[in-house]
Amino acid sequence: MNAAPGLLASAWTIARKDLAIEFRTRSAFLSALVLSLLAIVIFYFAWDPTAIRATDLAPGVLWVTFTFSGLLGLHRSFGVEQHDGAMDALLVAPVPRESIFLGKALANLAFVLGVQAVALPAVALFYNLPLDGRAFALLAGVMVLAALGLVSIGTMFAGMTANTRLAELLLPVLALPFFVPIVMPAAKLTAAVLAGRPFGEAVAWLRILLAFDLVFAYVCMLVFPFTLDD
Amino acid sequence: MTARVEAAGLVRTFGARRAVDGLSFTLAPGDCLALFGPNGAGKSTALRMLAGLLSPSAGQARIEGVSLPRPEARARVGLISHRGMLYEALTARENVRFSAALHGLRDVEGAVQRALEQLRVADRADVPVRSLSRGLQQRVSIARAIVHGPDVLLADEPYTGLDEQGGAALTALLRERRAAGAALIVVTHHLHEGLALATHAAVMRAGRFARYERAEGLERDRYAAEYRELVA
Repeated sequence: MNAAPGLLASAWTIARKDLAIEFRTRSAFLSALVLSLLAIVIFYFAWDPTAIRATDLAPGVLWVTFTFSGLLGLHRSFGVEQHDGAMDALLVAPVPRESIFLGKALANLAFVLGVQAVALPAVALFYNLPLDGRAFALLAGVMVLAALGLVSIGTMFAGMTANTRLAELLLPVLALPFFVPIVMPAAKLTAAVLAGRPFGEAVAWLRILLAFDLVFAYVCMLVFPFTLDD
Repeated sequence: MTARVEAAGLVRTFGARRAVDGLSFTLAPGDCLALFGPNGAGKSTALRMLAGLLSPSAGQARIEGVSLPRPEARARVGLISHRGMLYEALTARENVRFSAALHGLRDVEGAVQRALEQLRVADRADVPVRSLSRGLQQRVSIARAIVHGPDVLLADEPYTGLDEQGGAALTALLRERRAAGAALIVVTHHLHEGLALATHAAVMRAGRFARYERAEGLERDRYAAEYRELVA
């Protein structure tokens, strides 16, 4: 008998497959990118620079953009499994159900980070943000940490709603409330970095973000296999 | 000897409806059960329980003595369905390779090539699945299901979409798997096709076996007439 791959090996196989599909179709990534840039432009034209400073507005713009564009990719991640019943083949394979979560989450993380990598410079450009190398690195760190939490929650709910007729509607309704504890500290940390305040002042928010990341990633991986039950 | 497939009092309910109502049977190595029945009789639900995709409301299913849905049991199962279970953006080879990788095969490329050749689709292996005809997609889907050499092959309407050549390749494959000691369950509406392969034949109606018998010696035309009467 063949030795079934372990948790990480099978997760990596699933993530690679999802990324290969996305690279080939680019449908979700391009949609998310267009949505991000559109949101940034709309916020820019609605902005009155004499009433509010760019560094005060930008954190909100960034995190609204990341949250909603990320949802597009999350929905797509299980859509490809539903199209031709491929989820059945995945579930028959002798891999731990947790590896499906992990694989999907890894691919979704790459997706969200890809969108962020384009959206952050766009926001910096539009709002003329004072981003030096240190601020850029700090923001990148905050975005990676927040993406971990968003992707954990989003992947679990995407799996849960994939089989439902109203998946596109249900996913945001279920996931968005759980995004709040991630987006709130992420926005606060972003504001601190953009305002040039000492990072030490925002350490409490960093701890909150880390704590929710850990809790969400752990709980979602534990719960996910049960969401696949009929 | 441990049975390849063992179903013991399998029941599956959806709300108040009993889709499968107490199925019990065993299949030894080399056995092939042809499962007939009208639409909604519970054939596909039974097959999904035997693949570990649905948990039974009561009873138990085992593969080689291992209870489903444990991974050790699922590792021995190959599932063919009328749905392709393929990723249309990937090529035929990538689809089969993905399945091989999830089964932890040592020689992934060799196994993939053999499976594609067996289904006579190797010459289209590097074409995205979306560009293939329905019949060729079904061949790729079968290659995906057998790439790991399963001991138990569950086939739900496997001839759907196949042309004569594809059908012949599938029949040859099913015979070869049987000869190699695999147990097969073939759900089909085509009685002659099913009986030609089967060692056992069963008719399901309302979630139960209305008939279950050894297939050797069955007179096909008479069986077909009795079947029509039974499901009428």
